[in-house]
Amino acid sequence: MSTELPEPASKIELKPGVGGGGEIPTFNITLRVRRYTPESTADAYWEDFKLTMYGTDRVLDALHKVKWEHDGSLSFRRSCAHGVCGSDAMRINGRNRLACKTLLKDLDTSKPITVEAIKGLPLEKDLIVDMEPFFQSYREIMPFLINDGHEPSGERYQSAADHAKFEDTTKCILCAACTSSCPVFWTDGQYFGPAAIVNAHRFIFDSRDDAGDMRLEILNDKEGVWRCRTTFNCTEACPRGIQVTQAIAEVKQAILSRTV
Amino acid sequence: MQVHKYDVVIVGAGGAGMRAAIESGQRAHTAVLTKLYPTRSHTGAAQGGMCAALANVEEDNWEWHTFDTVKGGDYLVDQDAAEVMAKEAIDAVLDLEKMGLPFNRTPEGKIDQRRFGGHTRDHGKAAVRRACYAADRTGHMILQTLYQNCVKHNVEFYNEYYVLDMLMVEEDAYREDGTAYKQKRVAGVVSYDLATGELHIFQAKSVVFATGGAGKVFKTTSNAHTLTGDGMGIAFRKGIPLEDMEFVQFHPTGLAGLGILLSEAARGEGAILRNSEGERFMERYAPTIKDLAPRDIVARSMANEVREGRGCGPNKDYVLLDLTHLEPAHIDAKLPDITEFARTYLGVEPYTEPVPVFPTAHYVMGGIPTNIDAEVLQDNDTVIPGLYAAGEVACVSVHGSNRLGTNSLLDINVFGKRAGLSAAKYAATADFVALPEDPEKFTSTQIDAMLNSTGTERVAVLRKELQDIMDANVQVFRDKDSLDRALVVIEELRERYKNVSVQDKGKRFNLDLLEAIELGFLLDMAEVMTAAAMHRKESRGGHYREDFPNRDDENFMKHSMSYRDATATTEGISGIRMETKPVIFTRYQPMERKY
Repeated sequence: MSTELPEPASKIELKPGVGGGGEIPTFNITLRVRRYTPESTADAYWEDFKLTMYGTDRVLDALHKVKWEHDGSLSFRRSCAHGVCGSDAMRINGRNRLACKTLLKDLDTSKPITVEAIKGLPLEKDLIVDMEPFFQSYREIMPFLINDGHEPSGERYQSAADHAKFEDTTKCILCAACTSSCPVFWTDGQYFGPAAIVNAHRFIFDSRDDAGDMRLEILNDKEGVWRCRTTFNCTEACPRGIQVTQAIAEVKQAILSRTV
Repeated sequence: MQVHKYDVVIVGAGGAGMRAAIESGQRAHTAVLTKLYPTRSHTGAAQGGMCAALANVEEDNWEWHTFDTVKGGDYLVDQDAAEVMAKEAIDAVLDLEKMGLPFNRTPEGKIDQRRFGGHTRDHGKAAVRRACYAADRTGHMILQTLYQNCVKHNVEFYNEYYVLDMLMVEEDAYREDGTAYKQKRVAGVVSYDLATGELHIFQAKSVVFATGGAGKVFKTTSNAHTLTGDGMGIAFRKGIPLEDMEFVQFHPTGLAGLGILLSEAARGEGAILRNSEGERFMERYAPTIKDLAPRDIVARSMANEVREGRGCGPNKDYVLLDLTHLEPAHIDAKLPDITEFARTYLGVEPYTEPVPVFPTAHYVMGGIPTNIDAEVLQDNDTVIPGLYAAGEVACVSVHGSNRLGTNSLLDINVFGKRAGLSAAKYAATADFVALPEDPEKFTSTQIDAMLNSTGTERVAVLRKELQDIMDANVQVFRDKDSLDRALVVIEELRERYKNVSVQDKGKRFNLDLLEAIELGFLLDMAEVMTAAAMHRKESRGGHYREDFPNRDDENFMKHSMSYRDATATTEGISGIRMETKPVIFTRYQPMERKY
């Protein structure tokens, strides 16, 4: 329930310089992009672009600058450009991140910034991979609420404490940053991968769902949670701050205790 | 070229498209064509909530919600449609809850509700808690939940298929009074498969457009790069009118300079706006509900503060959203995502510092005209059998001249569902319309011309000039001179567009080509918006003319209907015919709009 607040003051003294501002600094970078253009060149190759960028720019802005001003053929997915649609997961300086959430100023701009496609999924062109195997794993864990009981006429109740058990894993945007950062997934594409387990967790721990046992059985498979080697790459890669490794551990625990 | 046959084809996989697909997919052979993967759509960026008069936390009812929607839209709302939406809102929320949406809960475990701009108790007496929400990612949870249920029902998706044309025929027909007219009928759509560059024809008995808005007409916008008005543009080129295109919503709180949205939920949870003097200026503009006035009023008030010299920052070009009097724990529980946006993109800590904000182009109130069953109209009242539209691409009209916050998440659920049901029902008894000769010809010609062009113009250059001119002249404040300036540039850009070329000549994932085609839609939409703004010589809702600052019910209490017509001229603009359509009134007579 929303809390009642006293009315804020009609007028306050603002501290000098409040609200940020000032000149936005510019700087030069080298963007080193892993290109793959199978229609013209068989092998992937690195290409450098020298760019002048602003202090508030993100890696996505640098990619757009290349595409819009230098080479229109550079191909990458993007849509919302502020970290909620999950289109632009890529490997930036060797780490999986969203290009639209990675500010250039937070990277070491004295060295080339490397950008390549996420690993473990079939490469299609430049930074674009085939996402179908990723979504296939997602579909296999039955990512939808299953409730055998009578459909209530009104809403189902759920306590705030029960809601809290799975809220973290509802934040997933299916960007594949976690799954494609996982060394197990790189070597074994059959492994469900962290994202599918995160989405299974979201339903297994939802008090309204009745199919937890079925999902646990699916994840108890040889390609399931037991492949996880707890390297924490996934948790570090998640642009939504989901505690991915912890969610996987909770699923492992649930399989062992089967008390869900 | 492949030809596919489905009973129902849905274009777009955002909230409206997937809500339609859940209904249609269980009743008819249905395909969803989407230019993005389904969970990438911009529904996922919606933050604050979805209103429904559940009365879970305080007294409320759908009639109050209807009134607020009508008043919020400055009485240009079709009241029958608003009534449908407010009534069906309650089931729409319950449907989502049953599908699994993880709403925030009250201590008793019921769906929690919070305040939102323009939503009031008993016809404006005070703000009411009506918005159901999941933290500040309600749109994300709606999009995920709808996709999950599409997976559950095995909905067939064609991902990264760009629909570029609609196949339409015209038949001679007669009205009841015996006059002859041309009846439009839809036969299918033409789509471009991004992965291969191949064209695919989809023949269908029913086609549902759910392609979203056109916010990328503007430079400062909360919209995704992909919101380029494709669906509106395709309909317009086929001679279908676009309704009320002069009404674009500028959301008050975009991150200054970036346009990224900070939800109105921040103000619903108690945040307020301040100018450079530290003053809570909304007390002057809307004495009763202050910072929770509807978006058009707040956006205009902010722009006015800046204009009168009370803006903040080195260029005095923004105001501040102040959350510093809220408890950090409260902010973390209710507004985690947007406070992170402020930290990530502006480096501002909202616990202790006010956040720089300025209005950002957010939502197109206008669109493809439909009735309350989501059927598309080819004029003021003639239905095109088998053609439907829902969500931002459509104009029912539930938003009139200014949409209330949360009502778009509601719109996509209520009218998305209605579109899916209507489409499946029609397909159950209708026959396929025969495909025209060479159905792909228009599209293949357009693509070949673009790929073979040796022109010297670049897409990004033209698009930037368009967005700059629209921000400067067709934003919160407009007048004849500013609109004239915009039109001159748009015309120039349309000429230069003929000389555009792309660098990527390949067939695989040629996004260079698609951006060029999208620019064509943007240019069309910019021209229609500006022409309609020129035509409406009054101020109402999101459309404010400084040369006509008052609402003029006598001359303009009516919807505008823009048609593409090579033989016509409107306000000196050739190629557009402007007509009007009566507003539907049921229970509320227009009153002065004060908050």
